[in-house]
Amino acid sequence: MFIYILKRVLYAIPIALSVTVVSFMLVYLAPGDPLNAIAPADAPADVIASLKSAYGLDRPVPVQYGMWLLRAVQGDLGTSIASGRSVTGEVMSAVSNTLMLAGFAAFAGVLAGCVLGALAGYHRDSWIDRLATALSVIGVSIPHYWLGLVLTIIFSIWLGWFPAMGAGPGGSGEWLWDIEHLKYLVLPTLTLSVIPMGIITRTVRALVADMLEQEFVVALRARGLSGRAVFRHIAKNTAPTVLAVAGLQVGYLMGGSILVETVFAWPGTGFLLNTAIFQRDMPLLQGTILVLCMFFVVLNLIVDIVQPLIDPRMGRN
Amino acid sequence: MTAYLPIPPAVAATRSYWATVWYQLLRDPMALSITFILLLIVSAAVFAPWLAPADPYKASMLNRLLPIGSEGHLLGTDELGRDMLSRLMYGGRISLLMGVIPVLAAFIIGTATGLLAGYVGGKLNMAIMRVLDVFYAFPSVLLAVAISGALGPGMSNSLIALSLIFIPQVVRVAESVTTQVRKLDYIEAARMSGAGAFSIIRVHVLSNVLGPVFVYTTGLLSVSMILASGLSFLGLGVKPPEPEWGLMLNTLRSAIYINPWLAALPGVLIFITSIAFNLLADSVRTAMDIRR
Amino acid sequence: MNSNSFPAAPQDRGGPAQPLLIVRDLKKHFPVRGGLLTRKRQFVHAVDGVSFSVPKGKTLGIVGESGCGKSTTARLIARLMAADSGSMIFDGDGVEEYGGIHLKEFRRNLQMVFQDSYASLNPRLSITETIAYGPRIHGVPAAEANRLTRDMLARVGLEPDQFGARYPHELSGGQRQRVNIARALAFDPRMVILDEAVAALDKSVQAQVLNLLQELKDERQLTYLFISHDLHVVHYLSDHVMVMYLGEVVETGPVEDIYSQAAHPYTRALLSAVPSMDPDHRTQLPPLIGDPPNPIDLPGGCRFRGRCPHAYPVCETQTPPLMAVGVSPHHLVACHMNNTQSGHPNSSHEISA
Repeated sequence: MFIYILKRVLYAIPIALSVTVVSFMLVYLAPGDPLNAIAPADAPADVIASLKSAYGLDRPVPVQYGMWLLRAVQGDLGTSIASGRSVTGEVMSAVSNTLMLAGFAAFAGVLAGCVLGALAGYHRDSWIDRLATALSVIGVSIPHYWLGLVLTIIFSIWLGWFPAMGAGPGGSGEWLWDIEHLKYLVLPTLTLSVIPMGIITRTVRALVADMLEQEFVVALRARGLSGRAVFRHIAKNTAPTVLAVAGLQVGYLMGGSILVETVFAWPGTGFLLNTAIFQRDMPLLQGTILVLCMFFVVLNLIVDIVQPLIDPRMGRN
Repeated sequence: MTAYLPIPPAVAATRSYWATVWYQLLRDPMALSITFILLLIVSAAVFAPWLAPADPYKASMLNRLLPIGSEGHLLGTDELGRDMLSRLMYGGRISLLMGVIPVLAAFIIGTATGLLAGYVGGKLNMAIMRVLDVFYAFPSVLLAVAISGALGPGMSNSLIALSLIFIPQVVRVAESVTTQVRKLDYIEAARMSGAGAFSIIRVHVLSNVLGPVFVYTTGLLSVSMILASGLSFLGLGVKPPEPEWGLMLNTLRSAIYINPWLAALPGVLIFITSIAFNLLADSVRTAMDIRR
Repeated sequence: MNSNSFPAAPQDRGGPAQPLLIVRDLKKHFPVRGGLLTRKRQFVHAVDGVSFSVPKGKTLGIVGESGCGKSTTARLIARLMAADSGSMIFDGDGVEEYGGIHLKEFRRNLQMVFQDSYASLNPRLSITETIAYGPRIHGVPAAEANRLTRDMLARVGLEPDQFGARYPHELSGGQRQRVNIARALAFDPRMVILDEAVAALDKSVQAQVLNLLQELKDERQLTYLFISHDLHVVHYLSDHVMVMYLGEVVETGPVEDIYSQAAHPYTRALLSAVPSMDPDHRTQLPPLIGDPPNPIDLPGGCRFRGRCPHAYPVCETQTPPLMAVGVSPHHLVACHMNNTQSGHPNSSHEISA
């Protein structure tokens, strides 16, 4: 087992490194000189030259990458060109907001998906099965940015239950765990949770239906075991797969929340990316992508390590 | 001369695999009705210049944000007073193209790469697959936004970004199926016939790899529609005043307090198209899941 | 051979005395991954120095347990797998050697029928397409290839009108194997490798297919390399038998010599494991005990000694060479008990059966 974990960790290192390379190279995908974003087009040559050396842009690309990586490892992601503030600080506060949103959405979506999927798998071809199947298809097909808009219209404009935008009253930016702040979380969470809900419902339904046809489950039921005992067996055998899918979903939500954050003006990484892209703020873009992807890599690693630990089949080996 | 084997009872006329799949789809009411809906949307988009009641670019300051059902504007007007119905019809041209082209590109490039990696195997396969692993380290939406963000807003950049996130997925499917097929005896039998690699891939490998890859790629259509419009919604795709569903959803956002259902209208079309693609993919999967 | 529509091949160049196929010292070692921390490369000796020849119009049977290297041998001969070393001569021509026979031409002359009748047919091609594919590759025009396909289908007992348009999943196992035979024979080959070709079939179907193979051989002067673990079947079809154990030939000889005077303890054990129809000839010797040793770290000396009831210290130190035994000069065995100079205590007298 120790060897397995070691192997997974070792395998994650080149992936993490390549993520840094891709994040760094994003600047070079951009058309034109990266300096254009910093210096005015009509800046005199000596100003450009001094800016170039200040940003290290006069060095060869691999050297630039090495310097950038070295600073990034020490927690220095450079300075935002747009705001002049440290990228690390901006990214970290945005990432915590995004993580909160993604975490809540994943939790809600997985929970709803497990319940719906289990019911649908257990009562195959009943009305609840059809409902769950329809909901799961809708969940994966709906453009969630549009769903956010519709939910805003219904719950915010008509009913006035929840605020339509922002992350707290007054726009102070300081998050507090009280009712007033939590209200801001409801609509974005609901919007974002339909994707994991759809996917988990589908997965759990198939797994449960499959399990019920397995001979050992049929035997358990034939021996008169209660529904609860059968359920325990099913839960134990479906948990590893559900966990793996759910873990990946949290990661995808971190990326997918960009659109939903835009709809609700949620001060997360989506907002930051928007700023970075439209202000051509490359250090900010690099930093945000890098941090989000590192979270994703670590999350994948954790899922890879935890999944076999809770898999009953692994116990026998 | 041996006697002929006893003749088994007459069987239905035999069909090739693809003919069987086609036959199954034709008998699937779900697949047929979805195809009908998709055809409606596609033809509304294709024939927009002839069908659209108004010029989609013609603004009118007096007729801004007219509600659905207004006289002369069946689906109302947008924030610049342009006819919604016409804009939605014209918008379908760009939205559908932006959704379908990346998937098509991924299907062609991904299948070719996957076939190559899987059939050649060994170190080349390792190299290709390790490079693709890097793409899997990024959540797909984030990667699409990052690439098209770095490339700058624009339709072609969005298409590149979306193709780049779908290609690795298709390569993975094509590679794993090819690797399985390559080990089967009929490939060895084909090699025994003296056929070259190209002929073997074309006749024996491709015909067996295409099915699973096709099923997978049809499943991507729905995601691609949502993401393509999503990029435009973020302002990364098509630029105004071009009509495009995602972009329309974005520019109409400010109108949700005045005329909410009008603002939500472009999203309805994205939703319908995406769900239709998803259900069609399900039907195709079921139809192709016949025993060989 | 009226159905021969290929460019004329130089038939029977070497004359009747020239063996159709001579295989010399064929070797194939598969590298296996060591442990996580040991970087030492280890090898499975799948085929380890196999030599034999097959006379024209004869059938050589290769028998042995699964994993003894018989199927690898077949794939090496067909060049579906590259051998580490060894050479082959096909009717006097070196295969893939300077001035020898080219691979494409060699494979037209040497075809193969595989064990898994289903996996060896492309599920997306109709029977006609499958059989016609080979001739088409060799430049036979489409109409001609179709005619040839119909002839072949009829010859293997499948009505062309009824079966030609079908797909593999619409046929039974026996019918599929007939298709595989038809495909192989559509090349008009001189030699066919039958790799466990009837192993997966029901006994009754097996008999039909074996009869078909025998007829086709006589009709077309074919030479067979018949690979099987089933000694009954090998006995029925073969002229000459080669027994393999862990990648090596342990005994080879004319079929009657092998079946009546087996000299190697392994061959005897295999034969005693075959249930006899005669209650008076019940199995007397114990069948083989245990599994073959791990082929990765093979014991030195005789590879069979770990399971051999007659193992003796000399078997551990020296590898027994193949040597003639009995009356026939073609009956060879690799056992120290056959060699009076080996120092094995049983070598001087007849071993008790």
